[in-house]
Amino acid sequence: MMKSLCHIIFISTLGLANVSHASGHVTALTNDFSKAEKYELFPGGATSHTKLINKDVFSHPSTNMSFERKMDFEVGNGFFKRLWVSAPSSTQATDGLGPLFNARACQRCHIKDGRGHPPNGPNDSAVSMFLRLSIPPQNEKQKRLLNERRISVIPEPTYGTQLQDFAIQGHKAEGRIVINYEEFGIKLADGDIVRLRKPNYAITNLGYGSLHPQTMISPRVTPQMIGLGLLDAIHEKDILSQADPKDIDGDGISGKANMVWSALHKKPMLGRFGWKVGSPSIEEQSQAAFSGDMGISVPLHPSGAGECTDKQIECQEAPSGNSPQYENLEAHSAVTDLVSFYSSNLSVPARRNHTDPEVLSGKKLFYQSGCVGCHRPKYITQTLPDKPEQSHQLIWPYTDLLLHDMGIGLADNRPEGLANGREWRTPPLWGIGLIPVVNGHSYYLHDGRARNLLEAIMWHDGEARQSRDAVIRMSRQERDHLIRFIESL
Amino acid sequence: MKNIASSMITGLCLSTQALATPTEQEVIGHYADLAQAMYEDSLITAKQLLKTIDTLIAAPIDDNLKAARTAWKKARAPYQQTEAYRFGNAIVDDWEGRVNAWPLDEGLIDYVAVSYGDESDENYYYTANIIANEQLMLSGRIIDATNITKELLSETLHEIDEVETNVATGYHAIEFLLWGQDLNGTGPGAGDRPASDFDTQNCKVGNCDRRAAYLKVATELLIDELAWITKQWTENGEARHALLQGNTKLGIAAIFTGMGSLSYGELAGERMKLGLMVHDPEEEHDCFSDNTHWSHYYDALGIKNVYTGTYTRIDGSKMSGPSAADLVTAIDASIDKQLRELLDATLAKMQILVDSAEIEGIAYDQLIGGGNEVGNAKIMAAINALLAQTKGIEKAVSTLGLDSIAFEGSDSLDNPGAIF
Repeated sequence: MMKSLCHIIFISTLGLANVSHASGHVTALTNDFSKAEKYELFPGGATSHTKLINKDVFSHPSTNMSFERKMDFEVGNGFFKRLWVSAPSSTQATDGLGPLFNARACQRCHIKDGRGHPPNGPNDSAVSMFLRLSIPPQNEKQKRLLNERRISVIPEPTYGTQLQDFAIQGHKAEGRIVINYEEFGIKLADGDIVRLRKPNYAITNLGYGSLHPQTMISPRVTPQMIGLGLLDAIHEKDILSQADPKDIDGDGISGKANMVWSALHKKPMLGRFGWKVGSPSIEEQSQAAFSGDMGISVPLHPSGAGECTDKQIECQEAPSGNSPQYENLEAHSAVTDLVSFYSSNLSVPARRNHTDPEVLSGKKLFYQSGCVGCHRPKYITQTLPDKPEQSHQLIWPYTDLLLHDMGIGLADNRPEGLANGREWRTPPLWGIGLIPVVNGHSYYLHDGRARNLLEAIMWHDGEARQSRDAVIRMSRQERDHLIRFIESL
Repeated sequence: MKNIASSMITGLCLSTQALATPTEQEVIGHYADLAQAMYEDSLITAKQLLKTIDTLIAAPIDDNLKAARTAWKKARAPYQQTEAYRFGNAIVDDWEGRVNAWPLDEGLIDYVAVSYGDESDENYYYTANIIANEQLMLSGRIIDATNITKELLSETLHEIDEVETNVATGYHAIEFLLWGQDLNGTGPGAGDRPASDFDTQNCKVGNCDRRAAYLKVATELLIDELAWITKQWTENGEARHALLQGNTKLGIAAIFTGMGSLSYGELAGERMKLGLMVHDPEEEHDCFSDNTHWSHYYDALGIKNVYTGTYTRIDGSKMSGPSAADLVTAIDASIDKQLRELLDATLAKMQILVDSAEIEGIAYDQLIGGGNEVGNAKIMAAINALLAQTKGIEKAVSTLGLDSIAFEGSDSLDNPGAIF
C-alpha cells in the first residue's frame, strides 16, 4: 500500500508503455565510476526491500505490492512451503506426492528461496540438486520434433528427463547421485594459486534397470528465486537485440537465444528461465517443477504419476491424488497460480556498500574486464497490466538471459533446445553476495562446484575466457575490489 | 504583513491542535510503552508456565499436566497480542521465529504416530526424534545430543538445514510436548498426550527423562527470549530507539504496517485462507492444543490495541494513551470511526470462532474441514472482515499522508519528478 506509491510515481511521471529501446540512454553502460549510479541501490527498482540482512532476506514480497496482493503472496508462500503427502490421504487438496520425487515441498529444494548446494559427502542427501537426463535423437521423428522446437530433449527411455532420488512407500527410487571431485590449481599472475574442484558424476542404486548407453547427464542446483518476475517483464526485443549468435561484431562473445516449446501458448517461445533457458515463463517452470520434482499433477502436466515413464509400470499404476473437486488434478490452477505469483514476487534486496570506493573500483574492473558483455547491468521493464509490481521498473540483474559457450571445463555435453553441450545461460548476479547469509554456503555455478566467487570466475572459459584472463592478470587488491563489488550486488 | 498574518494563522492552528492531538513522538512513545507491557506480560505468564512444568515433572499426574496446559494457553494471550508489532519493527520480525515458528515437523522432537509417515524423505530430520536419540546425523556430521541444552535446541537444531519446519524451540514446540499430536483430523478432539510421558519412574513410551528435560529447557529458552525482547522496548531499548530516532512519520507508518501486514498477509492469508483452501488441520496455527480460535482472536485484538493505544494487562489494569487513532481523528474523525467499526467487526467475527470452540465444542480444525459448509463460512467471514479492515487501514494511512514515506532513502521519492 504505502510502498506502492513509489511505483505509481514512476508510472505516472513517465506515462510510458511497453518501453523497449525508448530508454536507451537510461540503460546504457556507465563510464563514470567515481560515484554510484542513480538508483543502483535498488536492483529491483521499487520492488526492492531494505529489510534486515538475515536468513529471510530473499523471502520478502515486492515492496511496492498492495496489502491485498500480499495475502496472495502469503498463501502462495504457504503452498510453497507445504509438504505434499502420498495419495490416498485425508487431505485431498494436497495429496498425490510422487510416486517418484526429488522433494516433498518446493521450499525443500529452494531453501529459504535461495540457492541449493551439492551434497556434503556421502551421508548428505542431494535434495537441492538433481540430474537431468536425456539421450540423442534416435530416429527421424525425434529429430523433426527437436527441429520444430516442439521438444527440447529426448527423454531417457526408462528414467525420463530427470533422476528422482526418492519414492513413496512401496516404490523404488530411481537412483542416487555420486559425485567425485578432482582438484587442480590455476596460477594467478601475482603467484596465488586458486584450487578448483572438477566433479565427476555417476548414478548408483538404479531402481529400474540400466540406463540407455547414450544417456547424457546434466547436474543442476537450485538458483536463488529473487527477481524472477522482473526478468519475466523484460521486453523480448531487449533480450533478442543483444543476441549475436555468429559473433558478427567480432567481440568474441556470441550470445544465443534459446527457443523452447511453450505448453501454455502452444508455440516455440523465447526461453528465459533455467540453467539453459529451457523454460519460457515462471508459470511453466513452476508447473514443470510440480510435476517433475514432486510428482504432483498440474494443469499443464495432468498425469497423477508425475514424471514416471511408461516403462515404470508400478509407478503409473499407483493411486493418484487427482480429485474431481479440484479439476481432476493434484494441484489445481488456484494453487499453481498462487505459487507462480509468489515465485514472481520475491524481492531483490537493496545493495550494500554500493558507494564504497573499493566497491566502485571493483565495478570499474568488472566493466573494464568485459564482464558486462554478458552480465548486462540494467533494463527497464515493460508495463504489464496484470503485473503492477514488475511494471516499468529500472532493474539491475546483470544478465543478458542468453546462452554462451563457457568452454569444455563447464560443459555438460547435454544439449537442450538450441543450447549445445557447452552453452549456459548468463545467470543474474543480483543477490549473489547474500547466498552465505541465506544458505550458509558459497557454492556457485550450475552444479555448485565453485566454493567461492573467485573459483566461479576461474571456471569461466570459452566466450568468457578473455574476461577470466583479465582477472588472472589483476593484482590481489584489484581482485579483492572486484569480489567486493560482486558481493555488494 | 501578509507573511506575519499567515504565520499567525499557522501558529493558531498548531496550538489548537496541540491541545487535542498528541504529537507523533508521543504516539510512538506510547506505542512502545504498550509493547513493553505486552512483552512483560508474555514474560510473566511464561514464568508461570515454567512453574507448572516444574510441578508436572516432579509429579507427572493428569491434574498437573492439565495445569501446565492451562498455563500455556494463558501465556499465549498476551503474546499473540504482540504480533501486531512484528511486521512494522525489523527487530521483532527478525526475532519472532525463535519463539513462534510454525508449522513444525513434530517428528524432529519426539515420537509420532505411524500414520505420520517415515518414508525416505529429503528432510532427514522429519523423524529425527531428538528426545529418543543422543546422537543425530546433521548433513553427514554427528551431533551430540546427550545433554539437552539451550544451545543444542536454539543454535544447533532449530531450523536445521534452513528448513523452516524444523522447529525445535518456542511456543509450538512446548505445545507439542504438552499435548502431543492431534490425531483426530477434522473431527473433534485435540492432542492427548498422557502425563505418564513425563514419568521417569514409570515411563511407558521411553525417554521420559529426556522429554521432561526438553520441555523444561524449551520453556527456559522461551523465557530468555521474552526477557530479551522486553528489554528492547525499555527506555534505552533498541526497538524503541529505532522508532523514535529520525523521522517520526516512519514510526507512525510502522504502526500501520504492522497492523496491515498481520491482518492481511499473515493472519488472513497464511494462517486462515490456506487452511481453508486445503481443509487440513495441519494448517491450524495451534494444532496440538486446538487453541487456534484464541490465537486468532488475540491477533485481532492486538491490531486494535496498537491503533487505539489501549491494552488490558494480565492483572486487569488498563492502559491507554496517545494513539494513532488520535492522529487520524484530528484530520478526519469519520475515517477513524470507520476504522474502529471495522476493527470491532473483525473481533466480532473472531468471537464467533471462539464461541464455536468454547461453547459449541466445535474447534477450529473442525470448522476448516472439507464439506463443513457452515464452518468454512464462519472462517471466510473472519477473513473477509480482515480484508475490509485492511482497506480501512489503508484509508487511515492516506489520511495521515503516510503513503509516500515508507520508502525513505529511495531516490525515487526524494525526487519523484526524476526520470530515473
